[in-house]
Amino acid sequence: MSQPAQPAAAMQPILRVFRLSHFGLGPKIAVVVLSLIVICSILAPWFAPHDPLQMDPLSRLKGPMEGHPLGTDNYGRDILSRVLIGGRLSLYIGILAAVVSVIIGLVIGLVAGFYRMADAIIMRMMDALMAIPAILLAIALVALNGPSVTSVIAAITIPEIPRVVRLVRAVVLAAREEPYVEAALALGSSMPKILIRHLLPNTLAPLIVQGTYVLASAILTEALLSFLGAGVSTETPTWGNIMAEGRLFFRIKPDLILYPGIMLSLCILSINLLGDAARDMLDPRLKKRAG
Amino acid sequence: MQFKSRNFDASPVALTAENLTVTLPDTAGQPQVLNNIDITIRQGETVCLVGESGSGKSVTSLAIMGLLPEALQVTQGRINLEGRDLLPLTQVQMRELRAARVAMIFQEPMTALNPVLRVGDQIMEVMELHTELSAAERRARAIAIMEQVHLPDVPRIFRSYPHQLSGGQRQRIMIAMALVLEPVLLIADEPTTALDVTTQKQILSLIAELQRVHGTAVLFITHDMGVVAEIADTVYVMRRGEIAEHGPVEQLLRQPRAEYTRELLTAVPSLSPRAPRPAGDEAVLQVTDLNKIYGGGGLLRKLPETHAAKDVNFTLHRSRTLGIVGESGSGKSTVARCIMRLIDPSSGQILLDGKDIASLGRNALKPHRKKLQVVFQDPMRSLNPRWKVADSLIEGPLNYGTSRREALAEAGRMLEFVGLPEGSLRRYPHQFSGGQRQRIAIARAVMMRPDVLVADEAVSALDVSVQAQVLSLLDQLQQELGIAIVFITHDLRVAAQICDDVIVMQQGVVVEQGSAAEVLVHPRHDYTRTLIEAAPGRKWDFQNFREMTEVNHADPA
Repeated sequence: MSQPAQPAAAMQPILRVFRLSHFGLGPKIAVVVLSLIVICSILAPWFAPHDPLQMDPLSRLKGPMEGHPLGTDNYGRDILSRVLIGGRLSLYIGILAAVVSVIIGLVIGLVAGFYRMADAIIMRMMDALMAIPAILLAIALVALNGPSVTSVIAAITIPEIPRVVRLVRAVVLAAREEPYVEAALALGSSMPKILIRHLLPNTLAPLIVQGTYVLASAILTEALLSFLGAGVSTETPTWGNIMAEGRLFFRIKPDLILYPGIMLSLCILSINLLGDAARDMLDPRLKKRAG
Repeated sequence: MQFKSRNFDASPVALTAENLTVTLPDTAGQPQVLNNIDITIRQGETVCLVGESGSGKSVTSLAIMGLLPEALQVTQGRINLEGRDLLPLTQVQMRELRAARVAMIFQEPMTALNPVLRVGDQIMEVMELHTELSAAERRARAIAIMEQVHLPDVPRIFRSYPHQLSGGQRQRIMIAMALVLEPVLLIADEPTTALDVTTQKQILSLIAELQRVHGTAVLFITHDMGVVAEIADTVYVMRRGEIAEHGPVEQLLRQPRAEYTRELLTAVPSLSPRAPRPAGDEAVLQVTDLNKIYGGGGLLRKLPETHAAKDVNFTLHRSRTLGIVGESGSGKSTVARCIMRLIDPSSGQILLDGKDIASLGRNALKPHRKKLQVVFQDPMRSLNPRWKVADSLIEGPLNYGTSRREALAEAGRMLEFVGLPEGSLRRYPHQFSGGQRQRIAIARAVMMRPDVLVADEAVSALDVSVQAQVLSLLDQLQQELGIAIVFITHDLRVAAQICDDVIVMQQGVVVEQGSAAEVLVHPRHDYTRTLIEAAPGRKWDFQNFREMTEVNHADPA
């Protein structure tokens, strides 16, 4: 006769779960690191010591020196400024791609989960989308439209959408069987109302978690596309572009790759740590199993 | 009523718990979950532990098994199994003892069995861990015990996976696993609660039979007084972690000493049907030749079909209650869901106030939905956990154009009517007990001023005392508002309490229908008789602490 335990998340408004004081040490450090990276990137134009595009043929491939704390690259551009500025576009593309894919995925997933008729067709389309590799799609888009931020965001977003759709659909399929949804039907609530007011809130918690993973993967994919030359135009500094250029001088001056690489790794690591922390808080059972 | 009246004073003691106290050490105030529990169980004796949810009966059994969750701690007392104190034992020693000396069976055999192992192997695994027997001997013993629990076609079931067996068969496998090592004590935690009454009857007599053969002591945990009357030698009534009363079963049922036992017994609904009420003449709901067939269709080949409801006919008048009674799979819920149009009937008519709603589309249906409301079984899940009570209550009226202010005012009045404290409107469902939540669900349905209320097992998840309150609330609503109720239940006692008319369903077919007094007292169909006969404790009048005086319910013998 014991009553089934309610998931903790269901009891309280979602955002109250995310209190900094609830985080462990690792996620706390992640918050600090990520905030630093984001603030530095946003403020970079005012705070970077040099113009990241300004070349100085006289001091090329120099080590750390006065005025250039991290040294210079093969055109004599300041590495620190480039890495800071480069983060701007990387983060911008990552965040935009994550937000767009979560929103589109959420809408499609809600429809697929709730309307049986649409489900089969939508899910087969999603399977097809999932089969397209991001890299190949990016190369195709860049070949068609030329290198642009929009092409890169589209190339990252399209393969991510099916993952979000599957997640949302699974949550909706489970939630729509709940008696309170049937009760709402009996109370004369329309389908869109049930979708938005009863089912949507159930998807938010897993979506927040999934969103962090999409964000990390988007930033990584952007860097990868730039590195391969399929991303934004090569003269724009992004972490991927800086590394791509640095590759040529890797033997002479490995720090060209090292610094943007460190920034990228720290950024991804922090986001993933935060995602895990968010997941543990929203579903404490998962944490127990993993630990 | 034939109670067990054997005397066990001479039998050796199997288990004693002395001054057993369990607390929640990490919670503020260190609340006591069990408070000085004393229990004695002798060899061959069946001790029933009765109580409502939260009374501590399951904690008691887990403490004996050494399986308490980490949050709980035994702070005081002794548990002696054949004279050996169990509390100081290590995990390893306890594991050795479990299965070999103490075994346990649970409410839900599906989750207690491993779904990916054949059941025969699972029985053999118990012996592998605890005995030195060879594989062939283990196999022989597994087959022998499976025969003892009366499983049909043992060789086939031996090779079956749990999902291929029925609920009753799975519980038999659990019992076989529990008894294969001949334990001194068998703890059964609500082992028949999830089963149909006819299966429950078989399982109860199986446990009694095996107990006679093996001389096992049984600690039987249940909330059902009917079951207690059938099987107990000695009864312990628990309340809020304490033993309220204990004694031989007959004495406890005839002369309960504790006030709480009295309350518990008087809350047990009587099997004798309510006094017939005059039939109204205004039919609000008329169902004609309703059919629901699941499956079929399929793109390339025809999928197998299930006829879940077959030619169901009934008429429901204003202010009356119609019970649909049957075991699981009888199609009673299918009928309810068809009436509610939560699923589409395959054929037939559903006349609501004279208008056929069986084939109306979603939009055409909306004005009629208002007149048909539903209360579900599980009060935990029938309210959106993220919504305040107020929002749940006004959802329906808002859909039909009532202003928010008016709806809120009405919600306040309605909550008061169903007996919830002021201020409940601003709270969330998890802040209420199961019974209170069911009241909220009823209030939500009644907010729409329906003509017909469908109650799908609406009191089955509640404790008996709460059950009685909710039933009387439904009765009161019916009298004041003239609502007609379709009451779906598997529990004949509840049906007898609330229904004017009864439909008995079996495998999608209505086998008998008529007034409750007729169907429950003079059943004509064999299946109805079997159901009534299987109702535990049916010869005992719990409310008056005596045998049923007159035969005002069926006696198939």
